[in-house]
Amino acid sequence: MNTMNKITHHLSDQLLIGYSAGTLPEAFNLVVATHLSMCDECRAAAQSYDSVGGALLHAQPTEDLDAAALAKTMALIAKGPKVAPPATAGSDLPDPLSAYIGGGLSDIKWRPIGLGVRQSVLRTSHAATARLLYIPAGAAVPDHGHRGTELTLVLKGAFSDETARFAAGDVEVAGEDLHHKPVAEIGHDCICLAATDAPLRFSAWVPRVAQSILRL
Amino acid sequence: MRVNLDIVQEAGASGYQVAYAVLNSNVFDDQKASIRAVTKTIPKNTWVDHLKRIQTDRDQQAFAELFGYFAPRVKAFLMKSGAAPGLAEDCTQEVMATLWHKAHLFDPSRASVSTWIFTIARNKNIDALRKQRRPEPEELTWGPEAEPEASDILVMQQESQQLSQAMKALPCQQRELIEKAYFGDLSHGQIAAETGLPLGTIKSRLRLALSKLRQTMK
Repeated sequence: MNTMNKITHHLSDQLLIGYSAGTLPEAFNLVVATHLSMCDECRAAAQSYDSVGGALLHAQPTEDLDAAALAKTMALIAKGPKVAPPATAGSDLPDPLSAYIGGGLSDIKWRPIGLGVRQSVLRTSHAATARLLYIPAGAAVPDHGHRGTELTLVLKGAFSDETARFAAGDVEVAGEDLHHKPVAEIGHDCICLAATDAPLRFSAWVPRVAQSILRL
Repeated sequence: MRVNLDIVQEAGASGYQVAYAVLNSNVFDDQKASIRAVTKTIPKNTWVDHLKRIQTDRDQQAFAELFGYFAPRVKAFLMKSGAAPGLAEDCTQEVMATLWHKAHLFDPSRASVSTWIFTIARNKNIDALRKQRRPEPEELTWGPEAEPEASDILVMQQESQQLSQAMKALPCQQRELIEKAYFGDLSHGQIAAETGLPLGTIKSRLRLALSKLRQTMK
């Protein structure tokens, strides 16, 4: 799925390497896989980083295997392949994300989190949290900072914060140093996929109370 | 431009030599010339031919040879990533069985055999050790051309070998950093803590290592 507009905010090399190496938390992998589905440039970079993994595998010192390893593998092969779950086809969202939602945009179960902003938490491993955010046109996500890393991928519409403007396909990689207040652009509601590996830090007390209830 | 790939194998003590594209007769001469200029030969020991034999003939001999080379390396990778020897052994066998079952999906114009096996082993690692799902990017639709271009296959395989050689030529420190990022199961923050280097240094070192790799490959 390629978006029509040009993507200007890409994934960092660190994230692409982590995705290739398989060391990122699941929620981050989901954001990366969804961005790669929309961005050919990062997809090509990810394939290069996979090649680095392949080269490292070549250069590995070997570990001895069980004497019967090949025979056991042939026995596994004889059992036949594991049947993969059918891919979600024809969704209006990239496949990796559709698989987590169990459908497209209209299947998302939104919950209000105040000021018109809605969210839907996706099920991933606990090391990080993935959520969809619905920010009505002109509305803002409360001012917040980060303890860890926050990735925000725009799926529809656009938002701006203190650093830049982010449109469909763009991903913002926010580290501990960034304190920001994303505002959806006038004219279109903005839908984002966001992942955090530590709870957000809100500046005002109302969102802080909401945070403890809403798993923000 | 449509070409058929015929992998011609010459028996040799060190592996599989010379492979080249045999072009259809309807391809213009200048195209032939340009392909010859790009392709030359598939380098030795790329294992592409073995995988092709598994794909087309379910060749158990080819599988056994591939297994002999890659399975001990896959096991080493899994152990470095934190698997106990018994689990690494079981996972290695499952990785190699997956390779057999998915052989028809291998596309030598998009990856080397070792890269493809690395991705299978990595996904097994995430599934069995980290107990996570692995979201993968949407498959690209490549249009009506099902068969990969011979020149693309040769370029991909050559570049992969050049990458391996370039990685061998890297200074030890840089190699170790890359290895840690891939096999150490460490975040960049953890790498920084372990080596006492600030995060920025790690990032620029990794960049440096990879840009050096890119330069070496030019």
